[in-house]
Amino acid sequence: MILETIWFLLWGLLWAIYFMLDGFDLGMGTLLPFIAKNETERRTIYNAAGPFWDGNEVWLITAGGVTFAAFPAAYAVLFSGMYAAMFLLLFALILRGVSFEFRSKVDSQAWRRVWDVCHFVGSFAPALLLGVAFANIFRGIPIDAQGVNQEGLLQLLNPYGLLGGVVFVVLFVQHGAIWLAIKSQGSLHDRARATAIKTWPIAVLGTVLFLAYTAVDTMLFNNYLENPLLLAIPAGTVVALVGIRPALGAGQMVRAWVGSAAFIVGVTMFGVVGLFPALLPSSLNPGWSMTIYNSASSPLTLKIMLGVALVMVPVVIGYQFWVYRNFSHKITDEHLDYEEAY
Amino acid sequence: MDALLLSRLQFAAATMFHFIFVPLTLGLVLLVAIMETKYVTSGDETYKRMAKFWGKLFLINFALGVVTGITLEFQFGTNWSRYSAYVGDIFGSLLAIEATVAFFLESTFIAVWVFGWEKLSPKLHAACIWIVALAANTSALWILLANGFMQNPVGYVLRNGRAELADFFDVITNPFGWNQFLHVIPGALTLAGFFVMGISAWHLLRRNEEEFFGKSFRVGMWAALIFSVLTAAQGHLHGNEVARVQPVKLAAMESHWETQANAPMYLLQIPNFGGEGNLVEALPVPGLLSFLAYNDPSAVVMGLNDVPEADRPPVALTFLAFRAMVGLGTLFVGLAALAWLFRNRLTQVPWLLRALVYTIPLPYLAHQFGWIVAEVGRQPWIVYGLMRTSEGVSPIAASQVAVSLAALTLMYLLLGAVDIFLLFKYARKGPA
Ligand code: HDD
Ligand code: HEM
Ligand code: HEM
Repeated sequence: MILETIWFLLWGLLWAIYFMLDGFDLGMGTLLPFIAKNETERRTIYNAAGPFWDGNEVWLITAGGVTFAAFPAAYAVLFSGMYAAMFLLLFALILRGVSFEFRSKVDSQAWRRVWDVCHFVGSFAPALLLGVAFANIFRGIPIDAQGVNQEGLLQLLNPYGLLGGVVFVVLFVQHGAIWLAIKSQGSLHDRARATAIKTWPIAVLGTVLFLAYTAVDTMLFNNYLENPLLLAIPAGTVVALVGIRPALGAGQMVRAWVGSAAFIVGVTMFGVVGLFPALLPSSLNPGWSMTIYNSASSPLTLKIMLGVALVMVPVVIGYQFWVYRNFSHKITDEHLDYEEAY
Repeated sequence: MDALLLSRLQFAAATMFHFIFVPLTLGLVLLVAIMETKYVTSGDETYKRMAKFWGKLFLINFALGVVTGITLEFQFGTNWSRYSAYVGDIFGSLLAIEATVAFFLESTFIAVWVFGWEKLSPKLHAACIWIVALAANTSALWILLANGFMQNPVGYVLRNGRAELADFFDVITNPFGWNQFLHVIPGALTLAGFFVMGISAWHLLRRNEEEFFGKSFRVGMWAALIFSVLTAAQGHLHGNEVARVQPVKLAAMESHWETQANAPMYLLQIPNFGGEGNLVEALPVPGLLSFLAYNDPSAVVMGLNDVPEADRPPVALTFLAFRAMVGLGTLFVGLAALAWLFRNRLTQVPWLLRALVYTIPLPYLAHQFGWIVAEVGRQPWIVYGLMRTSEGVSPIAASQVAVSLAALTLMYLLLGAVDIFLLFKYARKGPA
């Protein structure tokens, strides 16, 4: 079972990295209509995500691919069972992706406005949907004895699911605001930082509510009660959240970003570890849950995949880190005048 | 309509749409890399402008390749969940490997290339586009090995009610997948070659930037010439592989009904739409079919009459798509040869330049036809000989699929139109 357990944790980690990276793109896109006051500021937002968003999105493709490869039965239930939500997520991501490429290609105000709307919808909707989906997974979905999920789109929108969605949006908005503050100057920078500061108490409130509701509505805490050492994960997560505020106050935006990133990873891993050994708990009968025991791939596949992951993931992290370092500069007029800029 | 039929339609729509953009990505990235390398080695600024101009078209095209690819990865789970659970052990891992070894590289370094013209040294910048080219082609290899497994399952055992991996080496050396790879990549370069030639021809007809488009034309011409020949030659070998492992598909490609030795090929043949046999069979060349399929004019070629009706693919569609692809492939060799012949006096042959402009869409059609042959000809199997398409579909309501199919089609039509509009706009505008 050791291989399955490793893959379970890696599976969670891949989602966590995706949320941590694309989270700021999605957050900035959600902020776009509210924070940008003119064309220069809008373009600053697009270009602040410019060299990163596509590479960030691949973490989602990899997380999906790894679900398929390591836990095919769970992948099958998850994607077919949340059919409508998956397609909404997909359409949103498509709109988000093309808005980057298309927006600057025709010199017309109306044209740009269309893609700004697409960009906002394509950023806000994934943040919300991913939160709703994960909250529902934490809570358990109605998987029957045949491994079919009986749930429709509307049942996903239960109070706990919606709270999960709102929390994700808040976390991503805060994360995006911090990133934007790092990448911008002048009044946009000030507004981005102020937004992050204003979002922080909401994030705290949301987290507290979410944890309380989680204790009532889900089994996630069982693993932690059985094994109190694991409580280090939520504890560390809370420390990260608390640490964001002083960094914001002192204007240390990179430190604030690291705190926010750690917080997002922590929230995700808190849920994932709480789920163990289920990837998708069944709300109808715990025996019908999709777990690492009944949905994992063969040991041979898991071993080969592990080899690939152990070599390739550090390499990917390495070159993506290099890209982040190379393009860590603030977006200035010079960058906006660059002919290939968004 | 039931969820099965709707899911098939949706899968067909989504993959065919993805594959409008993919071949140009695969082919053009290599041509841009060559142009930029020429700039770095010779210092000739024209090549830098070429890399930028063709690179811009590449990027407009690439955007839709990326977003439509996500649909496909999702769709295995949303619409083909039983299939996914059945073969995920093998198929899923190939997709996951594709993402980790190829998509990351490609998506990360294309951005570095776009934003790095002034930040990186020319050599490092050129290296980025080569990395993208390598990654794009690696991605094609893995996805085609995945498709190769569906066409010719190898390296598996049936255990625990599913196909489990038995020999990874067999899976990644699957001759069918490699045959596809070696056909798709030259096909993509053929398409990119005609794309570059066609747009250059349009500008040459108008005498715009003659040096720029003359040089571009040459790059496209050489690609089209070399790779149209390779595509056709490898297509023949690929056909041999199909004959060996999927004799029913081969029979459908040829609308061949009677099992016989020394099987002829009819130069004029019209299939009997919906029924059995052919409406018209005229001008037989004795033994040609046997020869083409097995390199032996006396070989026995299986006919569809020996196959239970439930195991036959749609014959007329497979047949027509195959003929159309081969016809187009032959035409491309001819057109590329003409372009080569007149390469030094292009402006004196406006008819050829005009023809080349109108040729741009044809390699796209050839690719689509090729996939129809491969995928429709594989029916009724989703994994050849192992699982029927009808057994692979998700347990979902038809109404859900109807809605997603309608929404997907609408969205794709709109975005496709915008993308093609932008390609036209920037192709016409010429280099900066
Ligand atoms: C520019 C595009 C193009 C051109 C000119 C050709 N093909 Fe092709 N063909 C494709 C593009 C393509 C493809 C990339 O779309 C396919 C679909 C599946 C595959 O592996 O390659 C394909 C499939 C395909 C198959 C089906 C294989 C399967 O079942 O997987 C055969 C037998 C051939 N081709 C043979 C040929 C021959 C004999 C050609 C002679 C000129 C030819 N193709 C030209
Ligand atoms: C990109 C080029 C491709 C095109 C244009 C294409 C086209 C099609 C078409 C037309 C169908 C419908 C066939 C039918 O139901 O009658 C289909 C089905 C399917 N294809 Fe492909 N295909 C492509 C590549 C692939 C690849 C690379 C894979 C796998 C890695 C794949 C997997 C499937 C699956 C799972 C189905 C659904 C089941 C079925 O109908 O058999 N396709 N494709
Ligand atoms: C012959 C068939 C195919 C070839 C050659 C091919 C190749 C490509 C290429 C070159 C790209 C753009 C590169 C990129 O975004 O990094 C791409 C994008 C993508 N393709 Fe395909 N593809 C094929 C079929 C499929 C199928 C059947 C799937 C489904 C699993 C798929 C999944 C994807 C995904 C997820 C992306 C987006 C990657 C990203 O965001 O970077 N492709 N594909």
